[in-house]
Amino acid sequence: MTGDIIRLFPEIVLGVSGILVILFAPFVPPRRQSLLGWFALFGVVAAGAADALTARDPGLAFGGSVSADSFSVYFIALFLLVAGVTILGSIHYLERENLPAGEFYALILLATLGMALMAAGLDLVLVFLGLELSSLSTYILAGYRRHDKRSNEASLKYFLLGSFATAFFLYGIAFVYGLSGTTNLMTLARRVGAAGGPNRTFAAVALLLIFVGLGFKVSAAPFQIWTPDVYQGAPAPVVAFLSVGPKAAAFAVLLRVFFGPLSEGSHMAFWLLWLSAILTMCLGNLAAIWQSNVKRLLAYSAIAQAGYILVGFAAGSADGRSAVSFYLVTYALMNTGAFLLVAQLAGGGEGRTEIDDYKGLARECPGKAAVLSVLLLSLSGIPTTAGFLGKFYLFRAAVDSHLIALTIIAVLNSVVSVYYYFRLIVVMYMEEGPAAVSTARLPGSLWAALAVSVAGIFYLGIFPSAFLEFARLTSNLLPH
Amino acid sequence: MVPLSYYLALSAVLFILGTAGFALRRNIITIFMCIELMLNAVNLALIAFSRFLSDLGGQLFVFFVIVVAAAEATVGLAIIIALYRNHESLSVDKLDSMKL
Repeated sequence: MTGDIIRLFPEIVLGVSGILVILFAPFVPPRRQSLLGWFALFGVVAAGAADALTARDPGLAFGGSVSADSFSVYFIALFLLVAGVTILGSIHYLERENLPAGEFYALILLATLGMALMAAGLDLVLVFLGLELSSLSTYILAGYRRHDKRSNEASLKYFLLGSFATAFFLYGIAFVYGLSGTTNLMTLARRVGAAGGPNRTFAAVALLLIFVGLGFKVSAAPFQIWTPDVYQGAPAPVVAFLSVGPKAAAFAVLLRVFFGPLSEGSHMAFWLLWLSAILTMCLGNLAAIWQSNVKRLLAYSAIAQAGYILVGFAAGSADGRSAVSFYLVTYALMNTGAFLLVAQLAGGGEGRTEIDDYKGLARECPGKAAVLSVLLLSLSGIPTTAGFLGKFYLFRAAVDSHLIALTIIAVLNSVVSVYYYFRLIVVMYMEEGPAAVSTARLPGSLWAALAVSVAGIFYLGIFPSAFLEFARLTSNLLPH
Repeated sequence: MVPLSYYLALSAVLFILGTAGFALRRNIITIFMCIELMLNAVNLALIAFSRFLSDLGGQLFVFFVIVVAAAEATVGLAIIIALYRNHESLSVDKLDSMKL
């Protein structure tokens, strides 16, 4: 029993600190709301320590429904990184926009708890509950500026399409259950192995439905339509969180389901991933070229990034899977940082998010322009940044699996993406100001969050080997 | 006994009706009800499987789904109220403040 609790300790810490934040909130004076942020950050760090603790004693817990293994430890660390950076970057934002802080941090912590359960859960019931916990929390967060029409709209669109997708995911689980009489992935693998392969029809239907459900969450084409509106309308720090966290969690579940017994002896899973990867990259990149709003541009870029990750999925090998894990961390660093900085630059009421507002920013605020440039360079995959190595590993895995056509399309897409990332850099450096974006000094907490992102990008871009070893461990999807 | 395929067919029909309603209806509340219909179609499939596999796990799962659906309704209706206060309309066609 104690062993069970230790293996679920990161989740317990997250849940408890989320509840404590919301309980403390009414007793904290309005001017000291940032205390709640620091407390939430403390909760995240404590959960990180607990995560390191579970890594020392891996194994199953609670009757095999939870697993603490290198896969879950890696992904929980990733979610905690995203949550921590988002909390740091939001402290000043919430004060500036005069938004209640308690619920915000509590929802971030609870969403992180849901994502952690998705990565650690071996029972699809638990995965489903984790998915819902993280989704419901992020629906609320997307509408957090509740007097703002766009935020309302973003929240509603996210909610409707998200719940729609959840129903598909659930239907997929029902078919997995019908196929084998169990929702536990380990038991499923055992039973399917004993029966000499899954029932083809049921397995195909289940995979297809699960892909539709999670495809919405990762904004894979053709289920990406909600992404631009939600990313544009939701508060930018929330987008920093939801463009990475729930996406990485859904990718973790996709890894476990798609490389499990369900896809045994069938080519459908591969073609599904292959086709979706191409569609996602092309749609994301081609649409991003025409955007005039920075948040919308980054939304289409996030769609394209999901396409690159699907290339690793299509590769199907252990290398492909570890490249996916590695890329998710680099993506988390770049995207969270970019949206947090955009939130700061947008100024009060998030009024300044057009590309033209960034004219001449480099002359007025060289520091901010430089940080944003590093983040954009990494997103476009320029060498010495983490984004380059992440893409390199993904594409190399695809080449090793003889997916030449897919790799060529991916590289071409990557070239196209350089255009729109550089357009923003050119506007900042080459065009005449004065910049319309907020040129106020960066608050210390946001500065720390951006420092984590930029340092991480260079560290992973220049010394990737230690971290890559860790990512390689995640290619063991199920504990032995 | 009614064979399993009948239940699965009914569940599929309900699910498709929900999907079609989601795509075609313009009123937000109706769209939301269509999602609930889809969830209940899944519940029906789960219970049918549970009965035919003589395994209680599926029925337990249905209880979780019911609770989640209730939580979803709470959050969803709150979002709809916040939206209605600002937009004074419940039609999805009016939600276009961010179109290109």
